[in-house]
Order: sequence, then structure tokens, then C-alpha cells
Amino acid sequence: MSISCNLDGKVALVTGATSGFGQHFARTLAASGATVAITGRRGDRLDELQAEIEGKGGRALGIVMDVMDPASIRNAVDVAETELGAINVLVNNAGISRERLIVDVTEEDYDAVLDTNLKGPYILAQEVGRRMIERGEGGNIINIASMMAYRPYRGLSAYGMSKAGMVAMTRCMALEWARYNININTLCPGYVETDMNSEYFHSEKGLKVVNSFPGKALGKLDDLNGILLLLASDSAEFMTGSTIEIDGGQPL
Amino acid sequence: MSFTCDLSGEVALVTGASSGFGRHFALTLAANGAAIAAAGRSRDRLSELVQEIESQGGRAVPVAMDVTDPESVRAGFEVAEIELGPVSVVVNNAGVATVHMVADATEADYDRILDTNAKGVFLVAQEAGKHMIKRGHKSGRIINVASISAFKAARQVSTYCMSKAAVTSLTRTLALEWAPYGINVNALCPGVIMTEMTQAFYNTPHGKDVIKRWPRQRISDPSSLDGVLLLLASPDASSFMTGSMIVVDDGQTL
Amino acid sequence: MTFSCDLSGEVALVTGATSGLGRRFGAVLAEAGAAVAITGRRTEMLETLQQEIEAKGGRALPIHLDVTDLDSIKNAIDKTEQELGPVNVLVNNAGAYSEKMARSFGEAEFDTIVATNIKGAFFMAQEVANRMIERKDKGRIINLSSVSALRPVQGMSVYGMTKAAEIQMTKSLALEWARYGIRINAICPGFIDSEMTGDYFRTDQGKAHMNTLPRKRIGQPENLDGLLLMLASRDGSAFMTGSVIKADDAQIL
Repeated sequence: MSISCNLDGKVALVTGATSGFGQHFARTLAASGATVAITGRRGDRLDELQAEIEGKGGRALGIVMDVMDPASIRNAVDVAETELGAINVLVNNAGISRERLIVDVTEEDYDAVLDTNLKGPYILAQEVGRRMIERGEGGNIINIASMMAYRPYRGLSAYGMSKAGMVAMTRCMALEWARYNININTLCPGYVETDMNSEYFHSEKGLKVVNSFPGKALGKLDDLNGILLLLASDSAEFMTGSTIEIDGGQPL
Repeated sequence: MSFTCDLSGEVALVTGASSGFGRHFALTLAANGAAIAAAGRSRDRLSELVQEIESQGGRAVPVAMDVTDPESVRAGFEVAEIELGPVSVVVNNAGVATVHMVADATEADYDRILDTNAKGVFLVAQEAGKHMIKRGHKSGRIINVASISAFKAARQVSTYCMSKAAVTSLTRTLALEWAPYGINVNALCPGVIMTEMTQAFYNTPHGKDVIKRWPRQRISDPSSLDGVLLLLASPDASSFMTGSMIVVDDGQTL
Repeated sequence: MTFSCDLSGEVALVTGATSGLGRRFGAVLAEAGAAVAITGRRTEMLETLQQEIEAKGGRALPIHLDVTDLDSIKNAIDKTEQELGPVNVLVNNAGAYSEKMARSFGEAEFDTIVATNIKGAFFMAQEVANRMIERKDKGRIINLSSVSALRPVQGMSVYGMTKAAEIQMTKSLALEWARYGIRINAICPGFIDSEMTGDYFRTDQGKAHMNTLPRKRIGQPENLDGLLLMLASRDGSAFMTGSVIKADDAQIL
């Protein structure tokens, strides 16, 4: 009757785990009992995070993966499943942004953003989804988009495109995979304070931005725990194809 | 105080003009007075189209353009402007579709759809904007052809839906960034319409069943988009519209 | 690091707790430790729910409440505060439902649905929030909208309108009350077995309809437990306000 925040027995794969959201998601899932395959491009950071999680009694395995390389994606999923077991939770989090006005966006900018934020997640979800379907045990996929999926932001055209694309991807996958008991939802976070943006948001300019929000505050990483754990657990099996905004009212 | 569909003096570049919507859009805009840069990859078909437009008293030139190639896009705009003058209307229509279950889609499938439908739209809009902004005056209009697929899921069209959702997002950002330059960017979101691309399916018994489930139980042809096309192409009639998504689907998505 | 679903020490008020989703919400919040004011117009049904909750060691207070009557709203909240304490969680669930084509929809029925679903929900939220703000208490409000707010359904024009209004209300109130730390979100459930959907899905037509749904089933009220608890909890949804969350088993895509 209550939510089980206990993810014992679950095997999760988190992309972009070397910093920001991904790192936090990995820590949260591990602390709730899941075994976590943590992926990213920087092996040393993955080792550090793995050691940290294991030091707290959790189980994690760092796997170097480049979301822009389909072979790397397939390999990472192979390794994760061989070493840790069948993946039943995927957190499709890896993402980059390149702030440039449309007139200044280069082809390389466009490709980097769309390939990392949309193509990579699509191929990874396919890879994990196919295996879930074969096993017939269902699973949960959480796609991390952004509040920018729905609203335009100067300088973030390609980023917005990739996140809007991700929302559509979730809907189509949810429709096609509902029958296999795979639940796939999109999370659209607003501005959350991380190591990477902390300096900016404490600057004069950044403080002005924060003050313009209805709640005059940034989100904190821990604020994402509730929805992450809910979507990773068995308690949300009636939610699929949904888009969940978690943004403190910032875009209102 | 009525609005005029008169596009005399306008120069419209239509991508994907070799067939389907693009061909129809080119003919419609030409019939209303615009000079047409018919852009696409099939030289023969473009020439045919140009001849047809000219035989009806209009003005058109064929423009070789592969929307997935930035250099081809740049060169195409250059040709259009040399031949016809500054481009004031762009119909960002080139698009491909395919049918595949998510689990079966290959990387090549993904690339094909996203490159033409999303990246191609981006590249063409970007080039158009550079020209329009440089001229620094009056207005320009960009009409991105999206789809109801941007908003509604269906089976076997995941990459198509993703590409169209990306186009709606791009439309808004374009509108935001270029509003100060007097450029209006809107998205036309057609429902299912009978064209070369769709007729194979909708002529089957299964396809006909699908049609019967729609509120009006009918499928239309590209002429049903004319009104909105002309509205969005007209310099005065839609001057207060930018960043809008206009669904034209006969109630199919209700 | 994780979040707590424990609502011990919290006071919740659920409207429309006599049946269906509201009944389930009352039970779930009580089991998670909250003292729950269960409200509605059919007192005998509330008392039955109270007994069930207390048999499991929970605390529930049945209160007669007609959300279309502003005095009734004030009295219900007063009584809750006296007996259980100030309200930290409001579940704005009471709703009137009617299925009729727009052409023949009558004025009286229209007024009833709007009075319950829009006016009632609004003034309920207003009264609860005003008191939270005075106390400087950062509470949570959960509005029950519906997938019929997102996609039109034949015969549900008026109901759908009121549910769409509730979405707009959620966002407007989220904007105005963000500065006070009050979080207000909406849930849009899909087809769920309840008094409202009644026997329809057990008829032949209903069964055929069910077969067209992606998972060939309709939901049960307990399918929303997790989402409800997350939105009701202190920490679980700290960064969520103005959100509209669809929980519909891929029914509306």
C-alpha cells in the first residue's frame, strides 16, 4: 500500500554518471538497494564513484561508454548484464548543451547535441528494451529531458529540439512496449543546483535569474529523489508515456 | 480590412518540391502571385513543376538542394536569390517517413529520418535567417511543416514523431530569437493527408478502417492546407503570428 | 539520500472520500501515518471508512462536507484543525461527473458539475492555502484532474472542461503561491475502475473498449498509491509545483 523505496534486487544502468544529475541518480539508486551500472566517458571518475558507492555498502560497476557510438552502447549493456545481471531500470540521462544563437550554431554543434541527447538515448533504450522484451519481465525506463522541451530559450535551439524529441520518443516507446510491461516516462527538470552551475547561480547575474523564479529558488539534487525512486520502483506501473515536470514552477 | 492572398512581389523557396506537399505548396503559392524557387533533389521533377507553373502564367526556377548538406543549402539559396531576388517566404517542407517498430529500427533508419526532417529543417531555416537578417528590413516568413505526429504517438513511427517534435521546438526558438528582426516562424501541423507517401496504406482495407474511425470519416488531399499556407505566407495576414503551431487535421487527433 | 513516505505528524484532508479514488487516498494517507480528515456528503460511507482505517491502527475523522458551500468548507477545515491539527496536505478530489452529449446538456446539471469541480476545488484550495500561509507552513495540495482534460471524449464536454480548468488552476495557484513554499500539483488519472466508470467496463461495449487499450485493462485505485504518496510527502516532491502528471497506463498518447 505504501511506496516501496526499496530497490533491492534491481539492476539499474545510469548514463552520464560522472557528474551532475547522473552521479546523483546513481548514488540515490544504490542507496535504495539497487545494483548500479554507472556509465560515462571518464573512467577515472567512474572508478571514484564506484569506490564511493561500494564504501557505503552498495554495489556498482563503472563502464566506459560513449553515447555517440552505437557499438560502445551495445558493449556497455553486454558488460553490465554479464557482470551484474539483467537490467530492469534504465536512466537515460547523458546530455550536453552548447549555448549558441541559431545563426551561430555550427553543424558540429548540432550533431554533437542531437547525437548525445537524442540518438544515443534512443539506441540505448532500444538495446535495453529489446532485452527486456526477450526476457518477458518488463522494466522501467526513465528518460531525462528538461523543462526546455516545451519552451524556447535563447541559445538553446538544438538542446530544446533534442529534449522535445525525447518526449515524443517516450510516448512512442510507451505505446509500442506497453504490452511488454515496460514503463517508460520522461522527467523534465528545471534549474537544479549542481557543481557545474553553482558558481554561475551565485554570481550577480545568476542571483537575478534565481530571483525571477516564482519560488525564488533553484532545485536541489535531493529534490529529484522522490520521483526518481517512484519511477524506478514497482509502485508506478500504471504510469507510462507520461511527462513529469519537476521544476519548482520556474517556467510558469 | 479583409486579408489578401495576393503574394505578388514575394519570393518563396519551397523544399521537397519534387512531389507531395511540396509540389502542391509551390503551385498554390505561384497561383497567388509568388515567384517560386522549387528546391529538391530530382532535377526532372523540378523542371516539370517549373514548366507547369510557367504555363499557368507564374514564375519559377528549379533549385538543386539536398537539405542534409549545409553547402548544398547555401548554394541553393544563392541560386534562388540570383534568379528571383531576396527570398521572403520559406516553406521548410522536405521530409521523409518510414515504418518500423522501435525495437527493429536501425541506426540508418534513425539517421535518415532525423537528418532530413529535423537537421534539414534546421539548416534551411538557418540559411534563410542569415539572408533575411542581413537584409535587415521588413518581414520574412518561415513555415516549418511539422505534423500531428509531433503531439501524438502512434505505432511504428517513433523516429518520425521524434523528428516532428524537434521541429515544433525549433519553431519556437526560431520565433523567439528572430522576433526582433521581423521574421515570423510558425509550424504547420497537418494530419493524415492522401499523398504519394500515404496512399499505399490508406487504400488498403486496414487503412480504410482507420479512416472510418476519424470524426469526419474521410481523408483529404493537400489542397486542404491551402488556407493556412496562404495565411502564413502572407506578409500582412499573419504578421501577429509567430511561434505558433497550427494543426490542420480534420479532427483526426480529437 | 532517499525520501520518506512517512507522513507521521501530518494532517491530511481528502474531499470526496466516500468512494472510488478518494476513499483509497484516505486509506493510503492514513496508512502512511497521517491523521486524515475524510470528507464527503454521505456520512455513513465515511464512517465505514473510518472504522477500516482505525482497525489498521490509523487515525481518521469523518466530516460532512459539501464543497459547493463555502460555509461547509470553512466548518470542515475548522473541525479538522480542532480535532486533528492544521491541514498540511489537501487532496482536492471531490468531483461531479456526468456523461451526456453537449447538445442536450441541461443548465442545472452544468451548474452542478461546475460548482463542484471548479468552484468547490478552487475555494477548498484557497481556504486551506490561506491558513497555511498565515501559519507559514509549506503545505501540499494535490488536485485531481483527468485525462479527459487533455483529450476530448464524446459525451464528456462539460466534465472535460472542468478538469481542464483544474489544470489551469493548478498552474496559476502554483505561480502565486510559490513564494510561500506551497506546492500544488495535479494528477490526471486514466480510466480507473470506480463508482464513476461504474459497470461500463463490464458491459460488452466496455470490454471491447478495454481491448483497444494498450494494456487491455483499466486501472484500479491502488495504482495511484505511489504517485499520491510522493506528492503528499514532505521531501518527495519538494521541487514540484505546477506539474500535471498523467497516470494512465499509456491510454492517452
